[in-house]
Amino acid sequence: MVMRRKTGGLTPLLYVGPAVFFLTIFQVYPALQTIYLSFMDRRSEAFVGLANYKFVFTSAPMLTAFRNNLIWLVFFTAGTVGLGLLFAILVDKVKYESFAKSIIFMPMAISFVGAGVVWKFMYTYKPPGSEQIGLLNQILMIFGFEPKGWLLESPLNNFALIAVGLWIWTGYCMVILSAAYKGIPKELTEAAQVDGANSLQVFRHITIPELKPALTMVVSTMLVNVLKIFDIIYVMTNGNYGTEVIANRMFKEMFQFSNTGRASAIAVILFLMIVPIMYANIRQKLREG
Amino acid sequence: MNWQKLKRKLPRLVVNIVVIAAIVIWFVPTLGLLITSFRPASDVAYTGWWTALSSPLKFTQYTVENYKNVLSSGGMLIAFRNSFIIAIGGTVIPVFFAALAAFGLSKLNFQGRGFFYALIVMMLVVPTQMTFVPVLRLYNKLSLSGTFGGLWLVHTGYGLPFSIFMLHTFFQSLPDELFEAAHIDGASIWTTFIRLAIPLSVPALASLVIFQFLAVWNDLLVALIYLGGHQSVAPLTMRLSSLVGSHGQDWHLLTAAAFISMTVPLIVFLALQKYFVRGLMGGAVKG
Repeated sequence: MVMRRKTGGLTPLLYVGPAVFFLTIFQVYPALQTIYLSFMDRRSEAFVGLANYKFVFTSAPMLTAFRNNLIWLVFFTAGTVGLGLLFAILVDKVKYESFAKSIIFMPMAISFVGAGVVWKFMYTYKPPGSEQIGLLNQILMIFGFEPKGWLLESPLNNFALIAVGLWIWTGYCMVILSAAYKGIPKELTEAAQVDGANSLQVFRHITIPELKPALTMVVSTMLVNVLKIFDIIYVMTNGNYGTEVIANRMFKEMFQFSNTGRASAIAVILFLMIVPIMYANIRQKLREG
Repeated sequence: MNWQKLKRKLPRLVVNIVVIAAIVIWFVPTLGLLITSFRPASDVAYTGWWTALSSPLKFTQYTVENYKNVLSSGGMLIAFRNSFIIAIGGTVIPVFFAALAAFGLSKLNFQGRGFFYALIVMMLVVPTQMTFVPVLRLYNKLSLSGTFGGLWLVHTGYGLPFSIFMLHTFFQSLPDELFEAAHIDGASIWTTFIRLAIPLSVPALASLVIFQFLAVWNDLLVALIYLGGHQSVAPLTMRLSSLVGSHGQDWHLLTAAAFISMTVPLIVFLALQKYFVRGLMGGAVKG
């Protein structure tokens, strides 16, 4: 069997066949069909050319969604990777490292819906004068500020939602970067220190280059997460008050407005944005695997 | 403490302050949820949960009424059962077929092997959004929407590329000579798969099972798409999100419901953290 001799006949098919069948039914065929549907009208009855794509790139809700995904892209990615890297390096220096890591990583285990409820409660708003039940507004009150409608005021609400994303995903970045950080040979940093490099120089010229593969991994994973971000928005604001995002808009086009043409066009655009990022991600994985 | 001493200790002090601050920020929101879920409705609506911390051991201020409420009339009990059914099927089926395929692709030598592996890797880039409309149409035609079976199959389709990729990486690391030797001794391919490949990959399989189980357990979008309005088959995530819609300000109920949905992931996480982390890394980082 293995490698040297060819396994003939139907045997390989018995192993690989079921997976290929599932992938054809649930990935290959529907993806191609979606491309086709994106050029058809809301009921997929008539060809409409690029009309759905025109909607995607010119309509007000989609432009809001693109703007918000861009805000997410910048702040969520920088935040999760930046904090993840910071924590990865800092927890390495404390005695309670595994405890700290567990706590920061924990939100990764619970659902985004659960995390959404946790934070919607944190953001609860009561008018000034009445007692606050949301912790963040209570903190504002203690420092003499007016309570804020965290999820109502744009653009504040987008950042409030991004904070939830950071709370969930920073732990993931931290764990991956921490594993890579510990893999940096001690001789390397020690040699640099002996040569008189300060800690900032060590960080810039040794830590960062050594972490580059892991950084590529987490950055690309976070970018894909951002583009597909859905649950947090759906549960916390449903895209109201200027917080719409691409994936939530697609859901609305599909179910609220029953427009398969537009929903498909949104999916295709999402796909086109994800391809280059996933390409970098997979290339990295294949290189390491 | 003199200045020199302080200067030497300062970096360590700053590190500790930052890490402890992070722990507090990451822990407090969940703590608030947990405490609130055990407070009576009247308290929850008018006072902050932190007021309970002034006398945390005064047990008369706590109640399990909210849990009774959401489990029965809130439908969380049925949703809990549904989540189990969906997550078990949505884990066992894809992991089984992924193991078969990954074994075939890494240990059998046949024509088209490279093509099939490339196909599977390519499927990693397709966001599930690309498949919703056509698969939902197919499901409506076959009456599979709103059924557990339909959800199992779709989670299989979506979970396979990653699962195969991960197991393939692992199987590649098993020495070929081992399998050839077994084959020369007269073991069939199936026997080497069941008796050799599977037992040797228990750690990898455990990571994958936990990862896939939690992914399905925590999934909202796929359930929303393919279960439609069928609340009788809705998992916890769907139930919880519809409670947010209908009971937006009833925080005593929402917090209890949210905590119920978090129990299983938290137990799995606390008990099997090592495997879960490995699964998330998906063979990306060695060791």
